[in-house]
Amino acid sequence: MIQRSPSLREVYVWELPVRIFHWTNAIAIVGLCITGYIIGNPPAIQHATAPVDNYWFGIVRFIHFVCAMLFIINFLVRIYWFFAGNSFARWFNYIPISKKQWRGIKETLKIDIMLLSPKPIYDIGHNPLAATTYGGLFLIMFLQSITGMMMYAPQSNAFWAPFFQKMLIFFNGFFVVRTFHHWLMWAFILFAIVHIYLVFYHDYIEKNGIASSMIGGWKFIPRAIVEDYIAEENAKTNLKRLKREYFLSKIFRRRKRLDSQAIKPDTENNQS
Amino acid sequence: MDKKKIITTYDFLKGRGISRRDFMKFCGIMGSMLGLKASGVEQVVDAFMTKPRIPVIWEHFQECTCCSESFVRCSHPIIQDVLLEMISLDYDDTIMAAAGQQALDVQKASMKENYGNYILLVEGAVPLGNPGFCTLGGNSALDVLVEDARGAKAIIAWGNCASSGCIQHAKPNPTDAQPIHKIIKGKPIVNVQGCPPIADVMAGVITYILTFDKLPELDQQLRPKVFYGRRIHDTCYRRPCYDAGLFVQSFDDENAKKGYCLYYMGCKGPNTFNSCAVIKWNLGVSYPIQSGHGCIGCAEPNFWDYEPLYKHIPYTYGFGVESNADKIGAGLAGIALGGVIAHAIATNMRKHKMIKGDMGEDYSINQEDTEKTLSNISEQVEKIKENENDLDSDEKEQK
Repeated sequence: MIQRSPSLREVYVWELPVRIFHWTNAIAIVGLCITGYIIGNPPAIQHATAPVDNYWFGIVRFIHFVCAMLFIINFLVRIYWFFAGNSFARWFNYIPISKKQWRGIKETLKIDIMLLSPKPIYDIGHNPLAATTYGGLFLIMFLQSITGMMMYAPQSNAFWAPFFQKMLIFFNGFFVVRTFHHWLMWAFILFAIVHIYLVFYHDYIEKNGIASSMIGGWKFIPRAIVEDYIAEENAKTNLKRLKREYFLSKIFRRRKRLDSQAIKPDTENNQS
Repeated sequence: MDKKKIITTYDFLKGRGISRRDFMKFCGIMGSMLGLKASGVEQVVDAFMTKPRIPVIWEHFQECTCCSESFVRCSHPIIQDVLLEMISLDYDDTIMAAAGQQALDVQKASMKENYGNYILLVEGAVPLGNPGFCTLGGNSALDVLVEDARGAKAIIAWGNCASSGCIQHAKPNPTDAQPIHKIIKGKPIVNVQGCPPIADVMAGVITYILTFDKLPELDQQLRPKVFYGRRIHDTCYRRPCYDAGLFVQSFDDENAKKGYCLYYMGCKGPNTFNSCAVIKWNLGVSYPIQSGHGCIGCAEPNFWDYEPLYKHIPYTYGFGVESNADKIGAGLAGIALGGVIAHAIATNMRKHKMIKGDMGEDYSINQEDTEKTLSNISEQVEKIKENENDLDSDEKEQK
């Protein structure tokens, strides 16, 4: 029996809403890509029957619209979770602004993508490169939702339809929007290929249970990495507290000084 | 002006021998096309009988005159007669009898007399690249347009050329042709889209302006919503075939004979806002889809840039001939799959030790990063503490 005994800790990384979002999104995207491709390139099915007896293309479109609604509502819930979730799910993960994120992107590119070093690199949540890619994915999801809504609007009686129809016509109509929507479908497909491969890759070399973590939420992380992470988090909260205190004391003292200055001329006047 | 008897459209029509009955018929057609109720038709009749004819200047720039052709071939003979009498067409270099300096004099006189009241109808795009691309009587198209627009009450841009540039505006747009609404600002403009627009739509727009003295409700592209509010696709009589997935596969197959949907053949009906499927062409006989040819989307801006006309997914330029989103996408997906497989093989070689579990507990990269992060944070902490000390000392000095 092959065994290994590194000191590992279980970390609860993906909360339930994140996991539900992930799988709902995956199902919706698969459904949308398949039906979307069929809508763009209808297969040659020959019928002997009259149009009254058939509705298959309508059903394909119907599935596309149902999946689209699921996709958008799911996305809205995730946007809420950008602000309510744990530190692995919050919005700042997906925008590379800090120096640490850029360092992480560089290291991940070197080690995991270019395979320049045999050494491993560990991350508890998303690695910075993956998180940035997901940021891009969220942007594409947003654009795809908007362009889809625009094209859905002319056949809808919903209260939001006139708004999107105006938007559609503002963006020069169906020709532009439809082509853009079709291009973005391929962005999803390319993303899915690389994403699924990299899950296999990380699970295979790091043995951290990343694939099953999207079902159960738990990852297996080396104890040293977790301790470092906790130390970093503590230092960060400490820094935040200090910054807040400094800011408050600055305002407080400034007010005190202003008050004292305001009184002075008054007293002078009284004396004279 | 007030001493002169106002010559109304109805007076003109009577002179042309059109009966009261025919006149009422025309008003009824116009009213129903504009979606007016019965009392609205009365308003139309009233307008034609009391209001003076609208003075009109009709300019031609970069175009093929197909809008004029459409205009003089209205669906109903009465409409055709009425239209040409309804407006006081003071200048139209294509169909007027006068020519040369004489014609220009007529135009100038009319513009002076009706300053601020006439309607400018424009056919064709204006080239901004070089005035030599389009000149009228020695003046560049741009100068003529600006001059004409100054005294116009409103501008109606006929057709795709004037509304969005049509084929001259298509890539690479060698003459830098621009539509009217990009050049003239601050004037009410109506874009009557189409290549050409439906004659009845043209008549409808003019009737509306004469009747109600204002422009019809417009959308974001300045098209009248009455005529451009719905897609051809949603009003097409072949729509049931679309929903049933019954498509014409080639123009000579059995499905084409049966009149199935032309979506597969690149019909742009799903992309196009126009009323072809409702009003139809040539005395209401037919429209392109009914005649077995897909819509080319001529009422949409830049429709020439989304070729080919006979395919649903347009070409993508810069990736070779006849490449489209699907071909390039599939190619990229293939490259991604190949890259992924190559990466998997390389991983097994490069990370062999780690996969076998022989690396031990090597966390050096992460530890370096943590050190950097922590030192960065402690630097910031020290800075804040220094600042706080400064504040303290400042306070002491003041005391």
